[in-house]
Amino acid sequence: MRGYNKLIFELSKEGRNAFSLPENDVGRTPLEDMLPAHLLTKEEVELPEVSEVDVVRHYTLLSKKNYGLDTGFYPLGSCTMKYNPKINEDMSSLDCFANLHPYQPEDTVQGALALMYDLDYMLSEISGMSRVSLQPAAGAHGEMVGLMIIKAYHKKRGDNKRTKIIVPDSAHGTNPASAAMVGFDIIEIKSTKDGAVDMEDLKAALSDEVAGLMLTNPSTLGLFEKNIKEIADLVHEAGGLLYYDGANMNAIMGISRPGDMGFDVIHYNLHKTFSTPHGGGGPGAGPVGVKEHLVEFLPVPMIEKSGDRYFLDYDKPYSIGKIKSFYGHFGVMVRAYTYILAMGAEGLKDASRKAVLNANYMMARLKEYYKLPIDEICQHEFVLGGLKDGTDEVTTLDIAKRLIDYGYHPPTIYFPLIVHEAIMVEPTETESRETLDEFIDAMIRIAEEAKENPQVLKEAPHNTPVRRIDEVLAARKPVLKWQND
Amino acid sequence: MVTVGGLYYSKDHEWVKVDGKKALIGITDYAQNALGEIVYVELPDMGTEYKAGDVFCVIESVKAAADSFTPVSGKVVEVNEELEDSPQLLNEGPYDNWIVAIEMDDSSELENLMDEQAYKMFCEKEE
Repeated sequence: MRGYNKLIFELSKEGRNAFSLPENDVGRTPLEDMLPAHLLTKEEVELPEVSEVDVVRHYTLLSKKNYGLDTGFYPLGSCTMKYNPKINEDMSSLDCFANLHPYQPEDTVQGALALMYDLDYMLSEISGMSRVSLQPAAGAHGEMVGLMIIKAYHKKRGDNKRTKIIVPDSAHGTNPASAAMVGFDIIEIKSTKDGAVDMEDLKAALSDEVAGLMLTNPSTLGLFEKNIKEIADLVHEAGGLLYYDGANMNAIMGISRPGDMGFDVIHYNLHKTFSTPHGGGGPGAGPVGVKEHLVEFLPVPMIEKSGDRYFLDYDKPYSIGKIKSFYGHFGVMVRAYTYILAMGAEGLKDASRKAVLNANYMMARLKEYYKLPIDEICQHEFVLGGLKDGTDEVTTLDIAKRLIDYGYHPPTIYFPLIVHEAIMVEPTETESRETLDEFIDAMIRIAEEAKENPQVLKEAPHNTPVRRIDEVLAARKPVLKWQND
Repeated sequence: MVTVGGLYYSKDHEWVKVDGKKALIGITDYAQNALGEIVYVELPDMGTEYKAGDVFCVIESVKAAADSFTPVSGKVVEVNEELEDSPQLLNEGPYDNWIVAIEMDDSSELENLMDEQAYKMFCEKEE
């Protein structure tokens, strides 16, 4: 049923349904009598009318088209698509976690509060920070919260000139976007050819108007920022703070800590580094950690402990306030907590080492066939620059599309922007040598195909329910919903 | 890469065509080629005042969203509204399709820009 391509609306037959309610024994009240007029729609709502078996078959067939970590290798650079261990699911579905109500009295949820308190402590330890708020719902939300904290810090000191945030041109796109959301102006600084911060450009950008610098280390090119101490000193001397984008933390667990590098604020991606579901399978979670001098600005509530009792602390006068309904994505916290305990300190260190080893192994084999703009030992990911003997004819997009035919989710492409025809590969530590070799072999075959029969790449993917998508048309003339005609 | 004589060029790959006090501003062939197929152009409002180096326009392509910086200071006196429905014009004819016209505050700012020959050499170094 690979060809199955219907929308549930197309299965609709008037009067068909998938439920059978008991006879109404309370009488009918017209909706108009129960709801004010402004809440009622005047148009008939168009909903599909289908039977139970229609619904089950429809979604089962659609689910078979799904591609995820449970079906295959997913080397999406900068996203750390590591396997999500099933014990995480076992723990988060325990009755005592899954069936909690957010309004339950504190006395009845001491275990859940203890878990959050401990997770705060463990994440702080891993990154070298003082305290962590678990509330932000995702990475970009964490960035926003972190920047609000930076803003609150300067404001409390009466340092109101600081309206600018420095972001390198190799940064994740969310960095400048989050800073703009919080009301900062962005100063973009250049990267050197090897992807590091251009120190001269940084010095020129620093002033008493700079609130902080956002940086990810390892950088988006998968390289460790060797000047980090000097960068931190320069920013601090100018009165700014350092923000650490935790997207690439999978390279450094147990090896180096952002807090020790001089960062003041960090967000983690539990859905990357700490093996909780990612993307559409989420929700994610983007906890924010800070050093001691920023703890008073963290969102409320924080989990605190008095004697043996845990409680939610709202009494924080300088807090940036509430940033998420209730306490964040608790189910995600349970999964990350489970992961950290299951791995242990040595296990996390080992994970980072193997993530780096896997990336270097793939890079060493692939550089025979693909351009490698920066040829040095990488961290957890590396960036290729299209085919080694490539002409302009076969592009990175064609290579990515062809990988789908070989059964892989393509790597991140055309990012970072500073590498021409970028292909960004992050294998993670959870893949075996065999899986890496199979993927490398597919990449090599594609490089050969590009020489022998480029047309097969140009027309890829061949084996998918939908062939090459017209991305330009989709962006220029988007059709965003189904319409009955 | 195509360049055109008689224009001023910026390091951010914008071109400026001077018509009295008015400066027509667009993006170069190098820029449109690097961006790939352009799908959206966010135009500035009429009357907006910019300093040289300010972002006056955001251009989205299938690959990226990129800021465009005005090489000269002044007030927006015309915007090319055709780009709203046909952003691909910037791909098809980068030098035939200007984005905005700015009434220049200070035409001596043009001296900071490159001529065709200098811009060509600049792009070769970028490669």
